[in-house]
Amino acid sequence: MPLITYREAIRHALAEELERDKNVVVLGEEVAQFHGAYKVTEGLLEKFGPKRIVDTPISEAGFIGMGVGASMLGIRPVMELMFWSFYSVAFDQILNNAANVRYMSGGLINCPIVIRGPANGGTNVGATHSHTPENVLANHPGVKVVVPSTPYDAKGLLKSAIRDNDPVFFLENTILYGDKGEVPTDEYLIPLGLADVKRVGTDLTIVTYGRCVLHSLAAAEQLQKEHNISVEVVDLRSIRPLDIDTVLASVAKTHRVLIVEEQKPFSSVGSQLAFMIQKEAFDELDGPIHRLSTVDAPAIYSPPVEFEQLPNPQRVIKAALEALA
Amino acid sequence: MPSPVNKKPSATAVAQAADSAPCASPALSAPINQQLTKADKIALFTTMMRIRRFEERSLRAYQAKKIGGFLHLYIGQEAVAVGCCSLMGKNDHVITAYRDHGHAIAVGMGLNEQMAELYGKATGCSKGKGGSMHFFAPDRNFWGGHGIVGGQIPLGTGLAYALKYKGLKGAAMAFMGDGAVNQGAVHEAYNLASLWQLPVIFVIENNGYSMGTSQERSSAGDLGKRAAGYDMAWASCDGHDVYDVRATMDKFLQLAREESKPAVVEIRTYRYRGHSVADPDNTYRPKAEIEEYRKTKDPIQVFQQALVAEGVLSDALIESIDQSARAESEAAAEFAEASPFPTPDDIQKDVYWEADHPTERKSQGRLFFD
Repeated sequence: MPLITYREAIRHALAEELERDKNVVVLGEEVAQFHGAYKVTEGLLEKFGPKRIVDTPISEAGFIGMGVGASMLGIRPVMELMFWSFYSVAFDQILNNAANVRYMSGGLINCPIVIRGPANGGTNVGATHSHTPENVLANHPGVKVVVPSTPYDAKGLLKSAIRDNDPVFFLENTILYGDKGEVPTDEYLIPLGLADVKRVGTDLTIVTYGRCVLHSLAAAEQLQKEHNISVEVVDLRSIRPLDIDTVLASVAKTHRVLIVEEQKPFSSVGSQLAFMIQKEAFDELDGPIHRLSTVDAPAIYSPPVEFEQLPNPQRVIKAALEALA
Repeated sequence: MPSPVNKKPSATAVAQAADSAPCASPALSAPINQQLTKADKIALFTTMMRIRRFEERSLRAYQAKKIGGFLHLYIGQEAVAVGCCSLMGKNDHVITAYRDHGHAIAVGMGLNEQMAELYGKATGCSKGKGGSMHFFAPDRNFWGGHGIVGGQIPLGTGLAYALKYKGLKGAAMAFMGDGAVNQGAVHEAYNLASLWQLPVIFVIENNGYSMGTSQERSSAGDLGKRAAGYDMAWASCDGHDVYDVRATMDKFLQLAREESKPAVVEIRTYRYRGHSVADPDNTYRPKAEIEEYRKTKDPIQVFQQALVAEGVLSDALIESIDQSARAESEAAAEFAEASPFPTPDDIQKDVYWEADHPTERKSQGRLFFD
C-alpha cells in the first residue's frame, strides 16, 4: 500500500471529490495560485482550473457567508481557513447561519458546506494563531466536527465530509501535514461518528484525538516498556457526531480513563467526555476520570515553553501514572 | 404577478395616464411599468394592502400576547418589497433581514402559514421554529428572514455566486436596512460581488432609522455612493412610489441577469411603527414627521391615487380589496389560533439533514447530547 503524507491524503480527497461532483468548489486564501499556505491544495488549480479552485480576498465573514449562501442553491463549497483560529472572524456566518438556517426554516434548507484547515498550537505562532476550537464548534447543534490524526483517517473522513449534507468542520494540524501513513489507492470512505482503537490495551483507556493520538501512542510504548502498563488508545476521529460507545466499551475493559486533549481545560471536549463517561459507566470506573489538557493560558510564544504548555509524550506518561495511582 | 415580457404600451393607456394624472409618477412611463396590465396593477395594489392589513393584525395579536419575542413591522414600506419582488423572474432570488413579512407576502407566501409561524404553531412556515424574523420559502426563491444585522448579505452574495457558477441568468436581491450598511460583513460582500462580478443587487431599504439611531448619527457619507468605492453601479430612488421602485430596480436587475453586474440601490422609505413592537418610539423622532409621511407619502395612498387617476381603481374596488385583505388576515389569525403547537419531541427535529433522513444517514454515533 502506498505511503503518502497527511497533506497528500487531504489533497487526494479533494481531487477525487472535485472530480466526482461538479458542484464541489474549493475556496480560500492562497489555495489556488500560491498552491496553499501549507501546500495542501498544490496542483489542484492546474488540474481543475480557476472556477473550481478559487483564491479569495482576506474576508472570512464574506467568503464563508458567501459559501453558506451558495450551498443553499446546491453548490458544495469546501472552504479553507488558513488557520482555524480565523474562524472567529466569521463566527456569525459559521455558527449562526451555517449552523441554524436549517432549524430556523423548519427544515426547508440544508447547508452542505465543509470548512477545513489547521487547528493547532506547537508552532510558536502565538496566541491568536494557535486556537483549537473543536469544543466551541461542537457546542452548536447543527454542525459536525471532525479531527483526523492520520493520513488514512484524513482522506476517508474528508471524502465523507464533502458528501455530507450538513455543515462539517474539518480540523487538521500543520505539524501532522508531513506525517506519512499507508493509504489505499482504491476509493474508501470513513463514516463520521466512528472512533478507532489505535492501540489495544487492558490497564488504562486513553481517549484522545488529533495530534494527541500520536503523543498517546508514543507514551503507551514507553509505559509498556518501562512500567509494564498496557494502554488502550481510543482515537475519537469525530467529535460530533460522537462515538461514545467505543469509548464506553474500552472503559468497561480497563476501568481507568485518561483524556488527552490539545484544549484549554474549561468546557473542553474532554469536559463533555468526562461527564458522559461518569454518567454512563460510573460502575465501571475504578477511579476518577483524569484529563491532560493544554496549560490554561493563551498560547505562549517562547518555543521550548510552548512545548511544555501542550500535551506531549512525557506529560502523557506522567498523567497516565497519576491516573493509575 | 406581472410578467417581465416586454410589450409595447397601448396608446390608450398612455393617453389616459397623461390626461387625468397631473401628478402621475414620471416612473410610470418606464417600459417596465407601461407593460403592466390593469389586472397587474390591481394585483400590485392588492399585495400592498394585504401586507398592511397583515401587519396590523399581527400587531393586535402581539398585543394580545399571541406572539412572543420580536415583531418588526413593515408598515409604510410596502412599495419596496412589492415593487422589487414583482420583477422576479424564475431565476431571481430574494433574501432579507428581520423585517421580512412584506417580502414573504410579496413573493407569494400564504398568510395562514405566516401568522401560524408568528403564533409559534406547528403549522407555521418554519414549523414554529423560527418566528417573525425567520420566514423562508425556497420554492418561491425566498431565503429568509435573518436576525443578525447584515449577516444575510454574504448569504445573498452566495446566492448570486451560485447563479453565476451554474450559468443561470438570474439575480439575487439582498435586502438590508440603513443600519446594516456599516457592518463589516456587508463591506466584505460588496468587495466580493464587485471583484467577481456577481449578479447581486444590494438593496438598502433606508427608512431613516436604525432602531433609534438616525442615518445622520450612524453613517458617514451617502449610503448608496459607498458602492462607487467598490467600483459598483448604484442608485437612489423613492420607496413610497412603487412605479419608481420598479423602474429603478428593473434597470439593475437586467444588468445583473444579462451582464452579471452587481449594484447597490438605496430605496428611501419610512416605517410608521417603531423598530419593533418593543420600541416605544418616543425618543428619536418627532410624531409630526411620521404624520407628514403618512399624509403625503404613504405608498398605498400614493399608488391608490395614481390608479384612480388611471381609471384602474374605483372606490368600490378599493373598498373590496381592503375588506378582503382584512378578512384574509383575520382568517389567518383564526387559523393560527386553532393550530397546534409543536411538541417537545419536535425540538430536535430539523437540526441535521441526516437526522431528518435516517434511512440515508451515513454517519454513526451521537448527534445529540443530554
